[in-house]
Amino acid sequence: MSATISQRPVPPAAREITTKPRTSDRIFRGVVTGFGMASLAILTLIGLFLALRGFQTFKHEGLHFLTGVKWESVTSDSGKVTTDFGVGAMLIGTVLIACVALVVGVPLSVLSALYLSFYVPERLKKLLVSVVDLMAAFPSILYGLWGFFILMPMVEYWAKLLYKYLRWIPIFDAPQPFFERSPFVAGIVLAIMIIPIVTSVSREIFAQTPLDRVQAAYALGATRWAMIKTVVLPFGSSGIVGGAMLGLGRAFGETVAVFSVLNIVFKVNFHILYGTGGNIASMIILKWGEATGDETKALLAAGFILFVLTLLVNMLANFIVRRTLKSGK
Amino acid sequence: MPINEYSDGEDMSIDAAPATNSLAGVASAHANARQPGNAPLGSGLEARGIHAWFGKHLALENVSLDFASGTVTALIGPSGCGKSTFIRTLNRMHEFIPSAAMAGEVLLDGQDIYSKGMDVTKIRLQIGMVFQKPNPFPSMTIGENVLSGLKLAQLKVENKDELMQECLERAGLWAEVKDRLGAHAGGLSGGQQQRLCIARALAVKPKVLLMDEPCSALDPGSTLRIEDTIGQLAQTMTIIIVTHNMQQAARVSDYTAFFLSDGGPGNMIEVGPTNEIFSRPRDQRTENYVSGRFG
Repeated sequence: MSATISQRPVPPAAREITTKPRTSDRIFRGVVTGFGMASLAILTLIGLFLALRGFQTFKHEGLHFLTGVKWESVTSDSGKVTTDFGVGAMLIGTVLIACVALVVGVPLSVLSALYLSFYVPERLKKLLVSVVDLMAAFPSILYGLWGFFILMPMVEYWAKLLYKYLRWIPIFDAPQPFFERSPFVAGIVLAIMIIPIVTSVSREIFAQTPLDRVQAAYALGATRWAMIKTVVLPFGSSGIVGGAMLGLGRAFGETVAVFSVLNIVFKVNFHILYGTGGNIASMIILKWGEATGDETKALLAAGFILFVLTLLVNMLANFIVRRTLKSGK
Repeated sequence: MPINEYSDGEDMSIDAAPATNSLAGVASAHANARQPGNAPLGSGLEARGIHAWFGKHLALENVSLDFASGTVTALIGPSGCGKSTFIRTLNRMHEFIPSAAMAGEVLLDGQDIYSKGMDVTKIRLQIGMVFQKPNPFPSMTIGENVLSGLKLAQLKVENKDELMQECLERAGLWAEVKDRLGAHAGGLSGGQQQRLCIARALAVKPKVLLMDEPCSALDPGSTLRIEDTIGQLAQTMTIIIVTHNMQQAARVSDYTAFFLSDGGPGNMIEVGPTNEIFSRPRDQRTENYVSGRFG
């Protein structure tokens, strides 16, 4: 019975294909593997360090650490120390300020990337591109100082306008008409700081727009704007999201610029125009100098929260980029 | 010379015109014999004294050609002879390349498409183009691709579905895609994509259709279908096709123009009815090329 079946020749087992790399190749491979893994190792070690050092705080405060809005350490007359640490207000501030930065910064970046890719005269292009790149390398304290002295008075005026005409939208309302050093100002300073990186990433992706699609659009009688809308933006959307997320990462972590313009108060504030707020990074720098014991641990725990938040945002960005890549191209 | 300073170049084309007009005249004379008057959408196109530069490099020298309405003209010649450059001057896609410049005139219905104040987007609506590589918009569905020209040029149409079907039928693609108009265009085969590009070009109702080696990336079966389509379309419009394939030129065209470069800028050597170019060309170089002795 099996004889009829086995008349077909049995294929041989697949061979194992190997190659013996040269020593020089192996050494080089080892070196690049080492450096490649180093970034992963460093990131993991930082995360572990923050988590371990902050562990006591997490254990002590529990979920309250995320939701609590106070940051207090009180020593009673009997010498007993009671602590109440919560990053809730700062967490909300972090997200709020970063959102303001994205809402203001990303459209400006995309427009400037479109200008640099499709409209700028050839001679001006090199200059502008290097200026934008220079902006990315600029120390953030200088943005902070400039924001404090020059931008803030102007933004205060814009804030008054927004308050006057758009108060009916909750986020533009304020408990008191106090608009100095608000999350709005911090967000705009951050917007200016993320513009270079988002512009740069968008410009790179726009430059890769397939020429045949661009030509197809022009040959169908498209104006330049219609071509951009139909060909460039759909092609570049994932790149724009990627750039925005890089910007968001910077906006989350930015310390000095926010510290120098924002009125850091431990209070939940959803009103972006109202001069109260803070973000985790600026809170850490504010409290670090005078912190001892439990508070130091709590600050490291807050750092861990920031670490996780940034990781989550980056993962989300990756997910979005990959999904848009799949659906379109 | 830069295109926007083009008007200064008019003298050049007038000087040059008599030398080549005798050849172009052949095309016109035979066009009358074919009675192109029954072409409702068709329109004549005339190129006069076309020169084209890329930077300082003169790529095309003094080409004058008439394209009578309702005819198919094939442009043949070896690589680098300027035939693609020439066809791109006919709908102002040439100036798309940053350093490109041109001299001469291209007349559509007697009006120079390079004259000052012309809206280049309107010209490209009337003179459509199909490229060498099929280039549908991958983020759009098949149906959206057909109608994309309307969106790009902000044209309004009464009955979009009817237009979509008409264009796909004329491009010979309707039967294959009618059940999946909502699918993405990337899933079509190369030949289907190219016919989709033809349908897309037809949707804005051009008077002239330029085809730059439309079959060179396709298999023989798809090529045949596209050649069929060209034959159908020629009844209603003027078609100019660049091809490397001489059999294709012989199959689809009424007139054939032979381009050649002797190392310098490309020239048009000869134009005439296709059967004459292939059976008894007047120029020795044309004969060498069409008989397969070089190229």
